[in-house]
Amino acid sequence: MDNIAGTKTSLSWVMNITVVVLVLLWLIPTIGLLVSSFRDRDQISASGWWLSPFPVEQNFSIRASGDDAVQQGDLFVIEGNVYDDEEIAATFGGETPRIAAFGGTRAAPTAFQPGDVAELSRDRTLSVLEDGSYTFTSPDEITRNPRVYFASETPPDFSLDNYETVLTSDNMDVAFINTLTVTIPATVIPILIAAFAAYALAWMDFPGRGLLIAAVVGLLVVPLQLALVPLLNLHNQVGIGQSFVGIWLAHTGFGLPLAIYLLRNYMVGLPRDIIESAKVDGATDFQVFVKIVLPLSFPALASFAIFQFLWTWNDLLVAKVFLPSDDASKVMTVKIADDLLGSRGGDWGILATAAFVSIAVPLVVFFTMQRYLVRGLLAGSVK
Amino acid sequence: MSPLIQGVLTIIIGVGGCIGYFFASNLILDKVIFPPKGANPGRNINRANMVRPWLFLLPAILALGLYLVYPVIGSFWRSLFNRAGDEFIGFGNYITMFGDDQFRISLFNNFLWVLVVPAAATFFGLLVAQLTDRMKWGNIAKSLIFMPMAISFVGASLIWKFVYANNPDIGMINAVRDFFGMGPVDVLQIPFWNNFFLMVILIWIQTGFAMVILSAALRGIPEETVEAAIIDGANPFQIFFKIKVPQIMGTIVVVWTTITILVLKVFDIVYTMTGGNFGTEILPSYMMSYMFRDDGRATAVAFVIMLIVLPVMIWNIAQARKEMR
Repeated sequence: MDNIAGTKTSLSWVMNITVVVLVLLWLIPTIGLLVSSFRDRDQISASGWWLSPFPVEQNFSIRASGDDAVQQGDLFVIEGNVYDDEEIAATFGGETPRIAAFGGTRAAPTAFQPGDVAELSRDRTLSVLEDGSYTFTSPDEITRNPRVYFASETPPDFSLDNYETVLTSDNMDVAFINTLTVTIPATVIPILIAAFAAYALAWMDFPGRGLLIAAVVGLLVVPLQLALVPLLNLHNQVGIGQSFVGIWLAHTGFGLPLAIYLLRNYMVGLPRDIIESAKVDGATDFQVFVKIVLPLSFPALASFAIFQFLWTWNDLLVAKVFLPSDDASKVMTVKIADDLLGSRGGDWGILATAAFVSIAVPLVVFFTMQRYLVRGLLAGSVK
Repeated sequence: MSPLIQGVLTIIIGVGGCIGYFFASNLILDKVIFPPKGANPGRNINRANMVRPWLFLLPAILALGLYLVYPVIGSFWRSLFNRAGDEFIGFGNYITMFGDDQFRISLFNNFLWVLVVPAAATFFGLLVAQLTDRMKWGNIAKSLIFMPMAISFVGASLIWKFVYANNPDIGMINAVRDFFGMGPVDVLQIPFWNNFFLMVILIWIQTGFAMVILSAALRGIPEETVEAAIIDGANPFQIFFKIKVPQIMGTIVVVWTTITILVLKVFDIVYTMTGGNFGTEILPSYMMSYMFRDDGRATAVAFVIMLIVLPVMIWNIAQARKEMR
């Protein structure tokens, strides 16, 4: 339409490129997380995820065995190959990539180029060749096994190891189940309550209806923060305390305004004829609701269900307040925010994987049900 | 009992209870209290129909009253008491709070968030909506930009840690700096500007929301108006700013206020990224730092948030009432 006169403007190029840039900007951070979740943890801290398809230069060390020392003239000499070390051999899977650098001290593990001779303290020397063979010399008898530090290019290492760690240890599996346990009842129960209320507000005439609708609209924006202290106290007094029952009730209450609002907006738009002819035929309100309105409102029910599901799955605040803080009842968001970020703040592989596990389910729901989600958003905001 | 079984039971009890309640209450109303027979069936039917709406509404009204209306009053009442809750101190909590530097920082930061995030998210949303409007792959592009909506604030924060991290081998910003030979910086510790780096995360999430709604609004613009403008020789920018934007102004305002409300509630991003340190505290995270420690102070903060939201609430109600007429 913008190019209605048949002139495809040069602007369309600019537009396409702008959109490509924007999409990339929006996508790249998530891709980074996804890629990182498959990478080996040492590789994550050795090179950026954007370099992950390429070999990584990583630092290793071995202990040369003093027992292998041979006396040559007035020097004690150890000769060997770093790739013969069992652990190193396992890491590289039998391959022997070029040595990039080496060193004889922890402080400077990559100070020398392969082929150089490193002068160490007490007249000892170390030399490592590109193929990994090393020579260590010492004027005195070698009593402690000397360390050989070297850097070598490891091939990219993608695996599901992080997922295994996250899902089997760390209680993340428990957290996953807990999240599911919180989410499903908290999604199902408000729908029913809201559907009946929405029908009454949409199709029944009674005094105070306008006031109630206004109240629902007002409650839509009440900040959750207000509810935390009084309700937690109330739960404690009633004996529910911090528990799953408490969080289900809380999510139900907090989700209701949106549910009633969305469903009412949708139900009002249903054709009046159908409902009136059903009533003329003698159907009661209850029958009209169950047999006509409810099935016709399926799209709106689905939109709200998706909203509520995403919101409860992703929620951190309500879970922190209304669930006990022991390991057995932590949900994933709390687990990540409080445990993983705190104690394993440096373990980027685990963090990325845990985050991805927690966002995988919403993403699947999002991409399969996007149609309903968009419809719900539109029903809620555009009139 | 494992929580999972408890959950299944709750669904059964909850759903069954709801259905049972609605079914039974209607049945009793129609068959027992006001049966459409006997002395005056007509009057009975009318009476039953007057009661029925309240049967339909009862559970919702109870839940809303208990979980949203009562807390507004309960919180305000609690905020007038001291930490232990046994001594009435009037506005004491509010007075000490306004004297607290940290609170003033959060108030100022929250002000920045409210100013920047809705504006930026709406701007980007409108930009993408307009650019993708008649593009062949527009729907794919929109879907990808919409995606962060599905990601939790905690997940999003972690995603952005891989952008902001101090280590140039992990954080992309520092990788770029490293490439140009500059030393690494922790962007989350740069005073004042770190707030904006946190806001980027919420903008990243909310742009999709703005885009979806604004793109539907753009589609709803009558084509004649745009055609007329083209015939009159308007260039694309004029069409956009002078023809399209004025027609969707109402929707833009709705998007803007919706995001504003959201901004006032989100504590997750600050909590996971900085924990409120380095001068990034905002009201919701400030409140959480007092939750479980000082209920009086926590409710006072919550009530301040409520006061900030109040104008939007009143405006929303006014809009809704106007529409119903």
